[in-house]
Amino acid sequence: MAEMSIAEALRQAIREEMARDDRVFCIGEDIGIPGGFGGAFTVTLGLSDEFGRDRVLDTPISEIAIAGVAIGAAIAGMRPIADVQYGDFLFCMMDQIANQAAKMRYMSGGQVSVPMVMRAPVGQTRRGAQHAQSLEAFFTHIPGLKVVAPSTAYDAKGLLKSAVRDENPVLVFEHKLLYGSKGPRSERGALSPVGEVPDEEYLVPIGEGVIRREGKDVTIVGKLLTMYRALQAAEILAEEGIEAEVIDPRTLVPLDKELILASVRKTGRLVIAEEDNLTGGWAAEIAAIVADEGFVWLDAPIKRVSAPDVPAPFSPALDDAYMPNEHKIVAAVKSLL
Amino acid sequence: MEAKTILLNRGAEPTGLPESDSLVDMYRRMKLIRRFEERVNDLYLQGRIPSTLHLYIGQEAVAVGVCAGLREDDYVLSTHRPHGHSLAKGVEPRAILAELLGKVTGCCRGKGGSMHVGDITKGVYPAVAIVGGNIPIAAGAGLAAKMRGDGQVEACFFGDGAANEGAWHEGLNIAAIWDLPVVFVCENNLYAASTPFSLTFKVENVADRACAYGIPGVTVDGMDVLAVYRAANEAIERARQGGGPTLLECKTYRFCGHSRSDPRTYRGREEEQEWQKLDAIPRMRQWLVGSGLSDDGQLDEIDDWVERTFDEALEFAEASPEPDVSELFTDVFKE
Ligand SMILES: Cc1ncc(C[n+]2csc(CCOP(=O)(O)OP(=O)(O)O)c2C)c(N)n1
Ligand SMILES: [Mg+2]
Repeated sequence: MAEMSIAEALRQAIREEMARDDRVFCIGEDIGIPGGFGGAFTVTLGLSDEFGRDRVLDTPISEIAIAGVAIGAAIAGMRPIADVQYGDFLFCMMDQIANQAAKMRYMSGGQVSVPMVMRAPVGQTRRGAQHAQSLEAFFTHIPGLKVVAPSTAYDAKGLLKSAVRDENPVLVFEHKLLYGSKGPRSERGALSPVGEVPDEEYLVPIGEGVIRREGKDVTIVGKLLTMYRALQAAEILAEEGIEAEVIDPRTLVPLDKELILASVRKTGRLVIAEEDNLTGGWAAEIAAIVADEGFVWLDAPIKRVSAPDVPAPFSPALDDAYMPNEHKIVAAVKSLL
Repeated sequence: MEAKTILLNRGAEPTGLPESDSLVDMYRRMKLIRRFEERVNDLYLQGRIPSTLHLYIGQEAVAVGVCAGLREDDYVLSTHRPHGHSLAKGVEPRAILAELLGKVTGCCRGKGGSMHVGDITKGVYPAVAIVGGNIPIAAGAGLAAKMRGDGQVEACFFGDGAANEGAWHEGLNIAAIWDLPVVFVCENNLYAASTPFSLTFKVENVADRACAYGIPGVTVDGMDVLAVYRAANEAIERARQGGGPTLLECKTYRFCGHSRSDPRTYRGREEEQEWQKLDAIPRMRQWLVGSGLSDDGQLDEIDDWVERTFDEALEFAEASPEPDVSELFTDVFKE
């Protein structure tokens, strides 16, 4: 076992997969420049020294090309891992991802597949509204894309390795405040959880959620940063004798809905916490599934704790009102009891 | 079409320059930007500014040289490195500083932050932090000006890195085919974050690409405010007369890191020192004194004014209130 941050765990996953399979390579902006950053959050730091700059490809600032080249290389037999500097720039790549990568397998009647990974950091860090979005829901909406969102070092490593081996396009969403990037690339106010990662090889299968804390009174579903907020909320609630069960889906597509439904069956109450804006968010989909398939077990309405329907503000004075946090989750839970 | 390269002919008497007052003003504006950025960096290091900063230190001659040729009712489109563009066009230092501190008196009411500063009443659209995203928007603003026929010109700033975005190609081409009144100003500071220019271009100059769009491409010494001014002014006047866009490339250098706490380990200290020697501000000062257009007394006074201006701006920004929580919900739509 070794203790490591999520950034380190992701780096290890890439390292192991590149060593295992010659077809795996990294592509992105500022990921392998000597003396550079190793990507915006240090995930690829040192990999260009280890594997050479032919397998850690530094691109121009050309998001469409990064996505398109990754897709092209993937259909031609390679296993690209594309680095998106900030998740927000996925919008610059949208045609390649939504119209091309997601639909190629289907439209070709199964002739081609796109075994490509895209890693994208999400989350509000007060850089303004163009560097803050949590855009998972946009991609869960598109058939043909798998979407994972690891919140621990163990899951980050295991899921990224599974993503590289998957035959389909997989988007890996990572949270800026969870990386634990060190030195000049560290983030103010980061949570930076450190976790245990086994020395021996392991995979975390895509499509399996996990119960982070057991409880019988209410189910709280949270991913990435809001998973930690949910755990904090559960602590607060426990002091008042309320036992919350916290579920981390880990994979958003395909969703482990049985895990969520089984929990709701036990608790009868559901709160979904996420950092995205409320309307049309991923939380809405979870609520819809439970309303559809688990209605009979519900003792109370389903509550969502999300960011309001506004772009991310810059001023720290507005941050509390914007961000879903443990107190808002606690309040949502109490409104159901 | 050939790309044209104008490099400062050092020692030669510059021609086509404005009144001496305006020349002294160029010094004042460059100095204001330099000290604003240096002092903002100090505040940042003290933890008094949230998040991140992209400073303009080293590139002052570009913003000032271009904006000196613009009319008050011309517009600037800016980038993730926008403080210098705003200051050069006349946005109040206090409005920018208050924005950086997240105060409601900031030019974007504290809701935009460093990467989005701008004040349309001063002819600066709030800056665009998506690299290359401002290029087609500049074409659109140019189209509006052309449709109105009021002779307004847009100056669109961007870095070398932005020239490799797909949006850059589409924006330049549409501005070219419709003869839109836009000056595309490339600040080629040789790096896009950590990535060196030579790694991402097969051409020597960004302006070499102008011929692909059938528009004039000009490369100037971006460390010489007079060279920038003359080239920009020509492009601005051409745009104003209906002659369409120009791609103006200014070779420059950022003396600081790319963003907050960048140790700059991807470039050599010698290279940095070579560029420091070309610092536009002492060069302009020397030239103003040497040519008798100003003297040390006047320029020292300007330097003092710069410090006072920042002091006052800081006092204003710090005394300003933070946005009320209700601000979170306003401005999503225009009511
Ligand atoms: C579409 C997009 N991709 C990447 C980034 C991240 N990013 C911000 S600034 C920058 C480098 C920009 O280089 P350049 O255009 O040369 O401008 P400079 O920073 O040198 O002024 C990068 C990659 C971004 N903001 N937008
Ligand atoms: Mg640059």
